[in-house]
Amino acid sequence: MSVLAYGTAAWLMLVGLYGIVTSRNLIHMVICVSVVQSSTYVLILSVGYRVNASAPIFADIPPGSRAVDPIVQALTLTDVVVEATVVALLLALAVQAHKRFGTLDPSELTPLRG
Amino acid sequence: MPLTVAVPLLGAAVLAAFCKVLPRAAIDAIGVLCAIAVVTLCALVTADTGHMIVYWFGGFHPHGSVAVGISFSVDRLGGGMAVLSAVLVTAAMVYSVHYFDEIGSLYSALMLVFLGAMVGFCLTGDLFDLFVFFELMSVAAYALTAYKIEEAGPLQGAINFGITNSVGSFFMLTGIALLYGRTGALNMAQIAATLSGHPADGLVKVALLLIMGGLLIKAAIVPLHFWLADAHAVAPAPVCVLFSGVMVELALYGLARVYWDVMSGPLASHAGGLRATLIALGVLTAVIGAVMCVAQRHIKRMLAFSTISHTGTFLIGIGLLNPHGLAAAAQYVVAHAFLKAALFMAAGILLHRFVSVDEHELRGRGRGADAGLRVAALVFVGGGLGLAALPVVGTFFGKSALESAVGDAHGYAWVIAVLILTAALTAGAILRVAGRVFAGWGPEVSRHHSELSAVSDMPETLGPHDRTPAVMSATPAILLVVGLGIGLVPSLRDAIAQGAATMTDRASYVARVFDLHAAHTVPVPHAPLSAEAFVFAALTVVVAVLTAWLALRPPSWRVARTGERVLTPMIVAVRRLHSGCVNDYIAWVVAGIAVIGGALALI
Amino acid sequence: MSERARLVMFLAGGAGLAALLGWALAGLPAFGAFNGAYALLINHVVVAQRAATDAVTAVNFDYRGLDTFGEEFILFTSVIGLAVLLREQRGEHTGPSAQTSDEHRFQGSSQALRGLTLALIGPIVVLALYLDSHGALTPGGGFQGGVVGAAALLMVFLGGGYMMMRRVSPHGMVELAEASGAAGYGLVGLGGLVFAGVFFKNFLGGGTPGQLVSAGTIPFSSMAVGLEVTGAFVLLWTEFLDQALMVSGE
Repeated sequence: MSVLAYGTAAWLMLVGLYGIVTSRNLIHMVICVSVVQSSTYVLILSVGYRVNASAPIFADIPPGSRAVDPIVQALTLTDVVVEATVVALLLALAVQAHKRFGTLDPSELTPLRG
Repeated sequence: MPLTVAVPLLGAAVLAAFCKVLPRAAIDAIGVLCAIAVVTLCALVTADTGHMIVYWFGGFHPHGSVAVGISFSVDRLGGGMAVLSAVLVTAAMVYSVHYFDEIGSLYSALMLVFLGAMVGFCLTGDLFDLFVFFELMSVAAYALTAYKIEEAGPLQGAINFGITNSVGSFFMLTGIALLYGRTGALNMAQIAATLSGHPADGLVKVALLLIMGGLLIKAAIVPLHFWLADAHAVAPAPVCVLFSGVMVELALYGLARVYWDVMSGPLASHAGGLRATLIALGVLTAVIGAVMCVAQRHIKRMLAFSTISHTGTFLIGIGLLNPHGLAAAAQYVVAHAFLKAALFMAAGILLHRFVSVDEHELRGRGRGADAGLRVAALVFVGGGLGLAALPVVGTFFGKSALESAVGDAHGYAWVIAVLILTAALTAGAILRVAGRVFAGWGPEVSRHHSELSAVSDMPETLGPHDRTPAVMSATPAILLVVGLGIGLVPSLRDAIAQGAATMTDRASYVARVFDLHAAHTVPVPHAPLSAEAFVFAALTVVVAVLTAWLALRPPSWRVARTGERVLTPMIVAVRRLHSGCVNDYIAWVVAGIAVIGGALALI
Repeated sequence: MSERARLVMFLAGGAGLAALLGWALAGLPAFGAFNGAYALLINHVVVAQRAATDAVTAVNFDYRGLDTFGEEFILFTSVIGLAVLLREQRGEHTGPSAQTSDEHRFQGSSQALRGLTLALIGPIVVLALYLDSHGALTPGGGFQGGVVGAAALLMVFLGGGYMMMRRVSPHGMVELAEASGAAGYGLVGLGGLVFAGVFFKNFLGGGTPGQLVSAGTIPFSSMAVGLEVTGAFVLLWTEFLDQALMVSGE
């Protein structure tokens, strides 16, 4: 089970990076960035998982019962917001780049080199 | 203390809420006043910091050895970096008042968010909180880079910046998650306490690698540096002031913090190997940055590569992994920040006047007699000499301290030569610009002489202007004076020495955070200035002037021609690697991290 | 660099990175066997200390309130950033003119869709308010509620078209709501400083766990964040929709 959970995180990171490196389209590239970020959700949440434990909501179960880690869930919420914002900004840049250059291919954006 | 972060962020919210209602002058005033308030608050906090103050948000004091809430754990170096950030933001905001012809209140709001994020990054004692402020800083920085959306360059620069740095922050977060999985803690002191006493295994080493990777990308360490030149070349000049002056240095500060106060326990037995790795990276960065700096004709891009070269130098100081190196680097950072800020502002004056920062296009055009151009000329000459460590001004004290720290480290004396050479080359390039633009020296070179296209012109302001507004000349002039003179303040040197000693004392850090009895930290004693320091500094200045001279008056000796024939293809090859294509950058990042990780695995 | 060289470099580096990640992940506790001291402590004290039954919300808005403060401003910054990046430029005309507004309806709009979306708007708003206010008790909180609330506006767009969406959410109002949500959260923190001497101190009494008015400042923080998130998402969507309409209108 460890292999599956942690392995998924590692796989998402690597495959997302592969996508960024080979991408020919900025929108596609931004999505790949969010794939890399998903790897952090999977990792953070799997780290805090505990077997035979309930959700950390003590409305129906007595306080102090065995529950999974609430910290990692809060961290993931933060992480999700970060992703939404970064993706929004990068997409806005892609929109403007398309207007300016007429292309979304990152290798055809030319003004900066050398 | 919490107000240091709350004031700029709430100020930004107020500006954004009332941006349509308030007049321009009120917006500028609110922005600048908030920034000044932050300078004052940070200065008060830092002055109050004997060794360290710990502030628990929400009043959650630790429960035994478990941190419940988030702390600001402020020592002299952290507080000092926060003051430096706030001072530069204030300067940049004052400078911007007349820089843009059209400027929304949103610009001021972004600057304030950027400031709040930098201060939070400096002060926090929690690893995840460090990530949050790091990300906040990045998001504000992406938007500021692309502020001039009318141009093509800023878009490309911001995309390259955004994607590369996002990948870096995911690395960092993965590293934090690994440490959390091991220790069940997020507070740095608690992680340090849990980790110490166990030898470093794969998880600890890779966690260090990933956190370090994120920070090294931000710090623009070769081969993770490509984004920086792109972003700096295109971001508005006052924004570059912050990027070059503090943002990249903050990343190195974060590295020092994470190493010393979190991970130095298990890594103590590997310190030798880590030192070699970091110094190798620093040397590589310093050299590549210096070579690329000399090869540029776009002034802002040239200054960007000068910054890359200097961050390499700072990494060498931090990489020595002793308090002397850290103190020297910190002192170097302060002088560099003011000088580089003044230089970017002077470049901004040129851009404002001539709508160009191409060195050859501007040849001789800076000979005007009015205040703006005089200040710009003065800043380029003074900044060049200051960065060349002309004795007793500018970076002299920091550089001398670093040379003596490197000389004391066993087997690294040769690095002194790198320090001298790279400081001289980058300073020489600045002096060359001064000679060409403000004195009209040097042969005329046509626009298309160079085979690699220079960056296109990017007017940040509408059309050329006849005169420079007074604040735009006054601000860089003041920064120049401060930058040249700051090394002479003895109390600053003492404070840095004490701060470095506190930061590198992990046991006391942990004890102070958990309110236990902490041993008194002994400040690092000063190494007295030796005669060597003056020799090295003189050598640096001579080489710098020579570099500028050779570029402006190319000699016709055969040796020089042969040298040129050999060197040019190498420089062109290095320049070609800076392809402007973000796919390449990420490939470099992955390969670079893997190589650094391989080195860490072996040590 | 040629694409081939780039790929080779990436694959070599990626293989190294994969090995390093595997090495590190092997050092983690087995999946499910985690016993972090921080998490155990929070789970034990949260109800008694904070009168909150949802530990995640308590961590978000109280124990680690500063993180959320920073995070909220990340969202806020991206909205400002987007307004800056997608601002109207010289020679550009943003937004559709009133006459053509009917054409800017979501393509494929039908009576059935309009009816369905209209029927959903009410429940969505109620659900959003419920999530915002009950964050301390049951799963939910300002972030979740905020996103759900923004979805109500998306329903307006789907059913009533773009102009309708702009009419029910005037830009200035949303901007004000968003900024005051961001500032409001900070003010709750400042309240702690003023009334209890410590920033983000939960300065209201805990109350009885499980009741709507309990957990001190948490419901207020949660509401402020909800307002901010709803505002932010509506602004993000309208900015992008403006762009889409401008492109299609050209």
